[in-house]
Amino acid sequence: MNLHAIRAIYVFEMARTFRTLAQSIISPVLSTSLYFIVFGAAIGSRIDQVDGVSYGAFIVPGLIMLTVITQSITNASFGIYFPKFIGSIYELLSAPVSFYEIVIGYVGAAATKAFMIGLIILATSFAFVDISIAHPVWMLAFLVLTCVSFALLGFIIGIWAGNFEQLQLVPLLVITPLVFLGGSFYSITMLPPFWQNVTLFNPVVYLVSGFRWSFFGTADVAVGWSLLAIGGFTVACLLAIRWIFRTGYKIRT
Amino acid sequence: MAAIVTVSGLTKTYDGGFEALKGVDLEIEEGEILALLGPNGAGKTTLISIICGITTPSDGRITIGGQDSQAEYRAARSLIGLVPQEVSLEPFETVLNTVNFSRGLFGKPRDPAYIEKILRQLSLWDKKGAKIMTLSGGMKRRVLIAKALSHEPRVLFLDEPTAGVDVELRKDMWEIVETLRQSGVTIILTTHYIEEAEAIADRVGVINKGEILLVEEKNALMRRMGQKELRIDLDTPLDAVPEALAAYPLALSADGGLTYTYDTRAESTGITRLLADLSKAGLHMSDLHTTQSSLEDIFVDLVKEDAQ
Repeated sequence: MNLHAIRAIYVFEMARTFRTLAQSIISPVLSTSLYFIVFGAAIGSRIDQVDGVSYGAFIVPGLIMLTVITQSITNASFGIYFPKFIGSIYELLSAPVSFYEIVIGYVGAAATKAFMIGLIILATSFAFVDISIAHPVWMLAFLVLTCVSFALLGFIIGIWAGNFEQLQLVPLLVITPLVFLGGSFYSITMLPPFWQNVTLFNPVVYLVSGFRWSFFGTADVAVGWSLLAIGGFTVACLLAIRWIFRTGYKIRT
Repeated sequence: MAAIVTVSGLTKTYDGGFEALKGVDLEIEEGEILALLGPNGAGKTTLISIICGITTPSDGRITIGGQDSQAEYRAARSLIGLVPQEVSLEPFETVLNTVNFSRGLFGKPRDPAYIEKILRQLSLWDKKGAKIMTLSGGMKRRVLIAKALSHEPRVLFLDEPTAGVDVELRKDMWEIVETLRQSGVTIILTTHYIEEAEAIADRVGVINKGEILLVEEKNALMRRMGQKELRIDLDTPLDAVPEALAAYPLALSADGGLTYTYDTRAESTGITRLLADLSKAGLHMSDLHTTQSSLEDIFVDLVKEDAQ
């Protein structure tokens, strides 16, 4: 195990994060605050409690997930796409590192940044609504797993993308709809029965549901399923990345 | 001297069917400077990329310091530093960070003293805190070299180190290469500038269309392949080559002198006979001088032969 390499990649990537710290933090905090004002205060005041939780508090886990998922993907995809774009990936390919080390370095850094932003948003939400966290350890566990698994997905997107448009494509066209339709802002029990079943094919439902359970102790789907879904998703991403490095897909001619 | 890099039977066919390398065999000796000379598209970069692990070979085997480049890639690659052809650097990073990153990536613990030594050697120490994007083109190339040297490699590959740089910078690069060689690093550089190979290499490999045409000690190559010319200045300029001397490969020069071309490899150069016949013909010589053909002439001849 080339620990020095993992450390080098991680430190280098985190340096990028801290260099752009203001914009990395201000924009998610701002957009989350807007959600709180619009959904929580303006619209939410006219909505009854959901599962015994005030609507403003109910959307907190979903909002955190929305940002954390987007951030994980963006950070990781950019982190590996940028060296590809400017050509400095030659060094990574010629270095005595295995794919595990590359992935741990890049995905670790991307997930760390997303995790930090997740916590900052959680802290921001305390300014708007009263929330208590029923299972804090599980809450952190879900957060970490989400950061890691979606950073893995972002890494794959970064390798696959041939230009900056493609880099944006998946988060915009796939992830945003999945997150919005994944019960971030509502309980899926509010949907008509048919759509309730359709929505069970949306992996984000399991994440948001499990994450919300760690806050309020109630969930749309059983927590076990949530864990299984996120675990399965992580394994699928890891297998895809292993295949990428085995075949050199898009990185090695 | 022992070989530090061996390449045997290396082939590379790209997905489109283009055969970039057609069975390359090469041994690189420890401590030497080997120049790989070839026209654009000859396969120089492909060869280097495969040795460094960036490109996957179609077939063949490479060892670096005795380690197989595939099976023992960690040990093999940690011996190698690569300076790529394109200036590919993170624009927003500082010089020091980017060099430290390279060292870590190659599995070495931090060593501020060593990094300082390299940066000073490359006249980059004053710029250590500068962002890459604020550096001049020449400085960026130095950063690439610093990165490649950051993990104390035993073999350094320089892919077209002086392509598109001005004369002064090129001389600088040559000096850097010489300093590195003196510190014991083996250097392989590709170039399509013959004068570069001539100026700094110990051995020259000529590569064309994916095949190595020859690898030889530079001086021996020039001696062996060298056509020499004997310029004969005459007291009385001539209008034409005298008939009595028609048997010799003589050419009339612009000032009415004669130029005799001969092959140093030949059993007899024919100079003695020529000079005797010249005085028999009643020509009085005022001066004689010989010139050796340059590596450029040799190279052009080789590539031309290969094309036939």
